[in-house]
Amino acid sequence: MAMAALRREGRRFAPLISPRPITAVRSSPLYPTLEDEGPLGLRHISTQVVRNRMKSVKNIQKITKAMKMVAASKLRAIQTKTENSRGLWQPFTALLGDLPSADVRKNVVVTISSDKGLCGGINSTSVKISKGLHKLNSGPEKETKYVILGEKAKAQLVRDSKKDIELIITELQKNPLNYTQVSVLADEILKNVEYDALRIVFNKFQSVVSFVPTVSTVLSPEIVEREAESGGKLGDLDSYEVEGGETKGEILQNLAEFQFSCTMFNAVLENACSEQGARMSAMDSSSRNAGDMLDRLTLTYNRTRQASITTELIEIISGASALEG
Amino acid sequence: MLRRASMLLARQPILAARARPFSTDLPAAPSADATFTEAWTKVIPNMDPPKTPLSFMQPRPPTPSSIPSKLTVNFVLPYASELATKEVDMVIVPATTGQMGVLPGHVATIAELKPGVLSVHEGSEVTKYFVSSGFVFIHANSFADIIAVEAVPLDRLDVNLVQKGLAEFTSKLSSATTDLEKAEAQIGIDVHSALNSALTG
Repeated sequence: MAMAALRREGRRFAPLISPRPITAVRSSPLYPTLEDEGPLGLRHISTQVVRNRMKSVKNIQKITKAMKMVAASKLRAIQTKTENSRGLWQPFTALLGDLPSADVRKNVVVTISSDKGLCGGINSTSVKISKGLHKLNSGPEKETKYVILGEKAKAQLVRDSKKDIELIITELQKNPLNYTQVSVLADEILKNVEYDALRIVFNKFQSVVSFVPTVSTVLSPEIVEREAESGGKLGDLDSYEVEGGETKGEILQNLAEFQFSCTMFNAVLENACSEQGARMSAMDSSSRNAGDMLDRLTLTYNRTRQASITTELIEIISGASALEG
Repeated sequence: MLRRASMLLARQPILAARARPFSTDLPAAPSADATFTEAWTKVIPNMDPPKTPLSFMQPRPPTPSSIPSKLTVNFVLPYASELATKEVDMVIVPATTGQMGVLPGHVATIAELKPGVLSVHEGSEVTKYFVSSGFVFIHANSFADIIAVEAVPLDRLDVNLVQKGLAEFTSKLSSATTDLEKAEAQIGIDVHSALNSALTG
């Protein structure tokens, strides 16, 4: 039985041992051999390597084309939602203005990014802008913290700003995006993070090929009061009568929270749209590159094939003419 | 030589003409953006500064000297803009202090909404919606922004489900133990009784 096992082992190892050790010496160890020997010592140049490459490149092209189609259909679905949600943040900006240059002690940068990759450079842009905001708002007694939505920003920010990260949220798009989910998220952030100003960094979807990095600022009620008293942009906020509630502060608190959840909702939708659009264009250029590569490989393949046929013919003819004398 | 001078003269107005269409796209108050962009370019010179919401918004008209005849209403929900810059005569909003009528020339107000009926009066027709809650901003230039979380036209509400919901939340309130549960049940009761009165009243 041991002998039978050994014989079986021997048979398995046999194909690995080259029958012609001379070929092994001739070909270079780094580059796969293009030549093998047929009967009568005829040399055929092997097109196997090129053929394998062509097959894999063709598969990659099919996959990226399919990914582009999938991204296009997802984009269509989410684009209508995004455009409908654009009216949501405008009343807040009309009332409270937009003060990205407000000088505050506690900044929180909410970076929105995608979970999946292969979507071009939009996540890197968001992270760069977030880091820029961190630098912009650095100073004595000032601190900037990060709240990260999405795996891609987490991977990039964990590397050098680990101590500044307050909260990380991933798998946002597992269920279709809706306002309830985002308002629960906003509630979590507001509960766990102390803030004077929240800056939401996202990519605004302008068209299928253009995504503009944008930062929306939501100020806490105390800062709003401060800015209103000091005049300037928010100066006429005091002229607004505040109905209901015991104090103006209570209403302003609710207002700030509502503003945050509305701007978050719009920001998350816009970023999701931008992600699908960026993925579409990335996959499109990738399948185009694969197509170019395939063309080049096809030319090489044909050249190799024709060269080997020519070599064969020459050898046969010269052999025949040598025999004739 | 004469031709070149005329070409130069012709080129200037083209540049001016091209520059002019963009002036309407400038936001009404670019000063905040300017300080931000300046600060940004000082600290981070290699990158373009990010855009801010002001650059994406249409500027609002300033307060007119006389009271305008119509009220311009923006009624937005997270999923849709129900009314966008629609000119109406009056809206009645369910503020926390009660039903509030808003006419053109109303004093600038910020009000929080409670669950109730919002009615929009345009000429002789009245459109009614049930809003869950939200905010209303009335600006001095007779612009009203109503932001609600959920709003449905009244004919889409089902009486039986409303009654069932009311009963359910009342029983939840009586069996609630923690403050949080009590608050949630109370909110449910408020909404359902408002729905009830909206359908009956």
